[in-house]
Amino acid sequence: MRLMANIGEWFDRRLQLAAPIREAAEHPVPRNTASWWYVFGSAALTIFLLQLVTGILLALIYVPSAGEAWSSLQALNHDVTLGWFIRAIHGWGSNFMVAIVLIHMAQVFLFGAHKFPRELTWIIGVFLLLMTLGMAFSGQVLRFDQDAYWGLGIGASIASRVPIIGPAIVRLMLGGPIIAGATLSRFFTLHVFVIPGLLIGFVSLHVLMVLKLGINEWPMPGRIVKRATYVSEYRALTKEDGAPFFPYAVWKDLFFAAFIILAVAACALYFGPFGPSGQPDPTIIQTAPKPDYFFLWLYALLSLLPPSLETPALLIGPVLAIIGLLLLPFLSGEGEKSWKRRPIAVLTVLLIAITLGTFTHLAEFAPWSPHMNAWSGDPIPGQFVHGTTALERQGALVFQAKQCRNCHALGDSGGQRGPALDKVAVRLTQDQLIRQVIQGGGNMPAYGKNLSPAETTALVAFLQTLHPAGQAPARDASRDLALGEEKMVGTHP
Amino acid sequence: MSNEPNLNRRGFLVKLGILFNGLVATALAVPVARYLLSSLTRGRARAYLSWVPLGAVSEFPEGETRLATFRNPYVTPTDGKTVDTACWVRRVEGDKFQVFAINCAHLGCPVRWFPQSGLFMCPCHGGAYYRDGSRASGPPERGLFEYPYKVQNGVVTIQAGELPTPGTAAALDTRKPPCA
Repeated sequence: MRLMANIGEWFDRRLQLAAPIREAAEHPVPRNTASWWYVFGSAALTIFLLQLVTGILLALIYVPSAGEAWSSLQALNHDVTLGWFIRAIHGWGSNFMVAIVLIHMAQVFLFGAHKFPRELTWIIGVFLLLMTLGMAFSGQVLRFDQDAYWGLGIGASIASRVPIIGPAIVRLMLGGPIIAGATLSRFFTLHVFVIPGLLIGFVSLHVLMVLKLGINEWPMPGRIVKRATYVSEYRALTKEDGAPFFPYAVWKDLFFAAFIILAVAACALYFGPFGPSGQPDPTIIQTAPKPDYFFLWLYALLSLLPPSLETPALLIGPVLAIIGLLLLPFLSGEGEKSWKRRPIAVLTVLLIAITLGTFTHLAEFAPWSPHMNAWSGDPIPGQFVHGTTALERQGALVFQAKQCRNCHALGDSGGQRGPALDKVAVRLTQDQLIRQVIQGGGNMPAYGKNLSPAETTALVAFLQTLHPAGQAPARDASRDLALGEEKMVGTHP
Repeated sequence: MSNEPNLNRRGFLVKLGILFNGLVATALAVPVARYLLSSLTRGRARAYLSWVPLGAVSEFPEGETRLATFRNPYVTPTDGKTVDTACWVRRVEGDKFQVFAINCAHLGCPVRWFPQSGLFMCPCHGGAYYRDGSRASGPPERGLFEYPYKVQNGVVTIQAGELPTPGTAAALDTRKPPCA
């Protein structure tokens, strides 16, 4: 024991770090901030460190070459002892990091911690969020599989829409004219050197400022932040009702940090690593690329925006969002901190969370994507052809063979791009059906050139059978008149 | 008192030192910037584009659309399979062709051809195109990208080399007869 103390003293005489470290650890914090609500910042830092360590471990095996990256990931998954586990931890750690950073941000905002004098801490936090998302996207690229390849294509298509300099941005982003070796090297540099370096620097600043300015006190309704008086009020608060951060508050951070690492490891163990999916070979076109979880909302947005709004929304939306986040502490730098007196803040957070959650949920089953194999894989359920005429069955065949089912569901199977057709005969008359099939419209292609008159007749005959048993199909009253009254069905007294 | 001129001299030397470093940094910044922007400057004057053969005319039956693959003309040693590119070749009649990029004009996903319904469909956001490449439905704002082509000695050749995107399409999609 004595020896240890002596060794410690020897080092500290030279390093002189013990005093500042003790001072930082034992600085007084307001007593009520020793709360489970205040653990998300340190949890984000913990996961970042976990990502650093597992990232270095993966770099021992991973080869950042477009020709070999995919097979080196296969080696990690299947050959290297527990390589799959390290990959899984890094992949799940990435998801957890984005989630924790978002939770931390929402908590900090709802507790008014972005207000004076912590504006810069918030601004750096916004950059940390952007870098975290940058790490998530570039990490998805390093998992160089089909999703990564086509994901890069989507990124390039978006970037190319920037007026004038779009094509130049694409070439800079790809490192050449196409997605190839230089592209992967570039994203490897970003993911392994540039962004982590910036993250380490910005995280250090962020933590340093929390130490210098003090942790945000628990917001009390009615306790108003004023630039002139806040600092002295905060000092008085920590003096009257303060406790040393270590050990008074830190134990909760420690417990949560261990818990979150355990949660990441448990997910890694149970669910395993992400991909890689198929080889990044652009001649394999039987693929339906999908982004990673935290970009699914964007995938949904890109499908649901009207085409004319897409480019402006893509190019201007993110800029406005970032400017808004950066300006926030200046627009509301003073005033009420408590969420109980800030209904608009609470509603904003809820609205954003519900919007992103809804888009993400929609993107999980992507109703806007045609089911490319429905026409060959999902036969029309038997009840729809039971007891039909020969012509109607011929129409059912046309319906199947012309890929109608890739976009239209019948009896819960088939695509959802267009409306389900189980009851289409109730909605559309025979004439309307013919017109819709031949001319298309309402986001449906025109089939006029791809159907013979006989095929159209058969198809429409089949579609006219699609109505519930007790409900009559739609019919055109004027047509009945023109054809003569004796042809009218039912209703005539 | 005797220190003052000395301090001025030191101050001057510090400023001179900073200026010297600034000059060296500027001189070095030029090659660094040129290195960083090399993928941009090289692409000027269509240096990435070349004529690539797709196959004999006889491989493409008249009135049909077939998948063809070609190797991107610009290759680096670490590219692996990424330089192999696919495209859809439609032989209208005789020597009249249309060669479509595989990339959807919306966001670049690979479109698939369905001869039964005469449509190209995109698996991502549901863009659809008619057999002549024009937009049928969905989010794309335009038709499929087309490569300029020519038929030489019975071989279909296209001008390719750059990823077709909505922004770069202007360079690719000339729609004019290719200059041989």
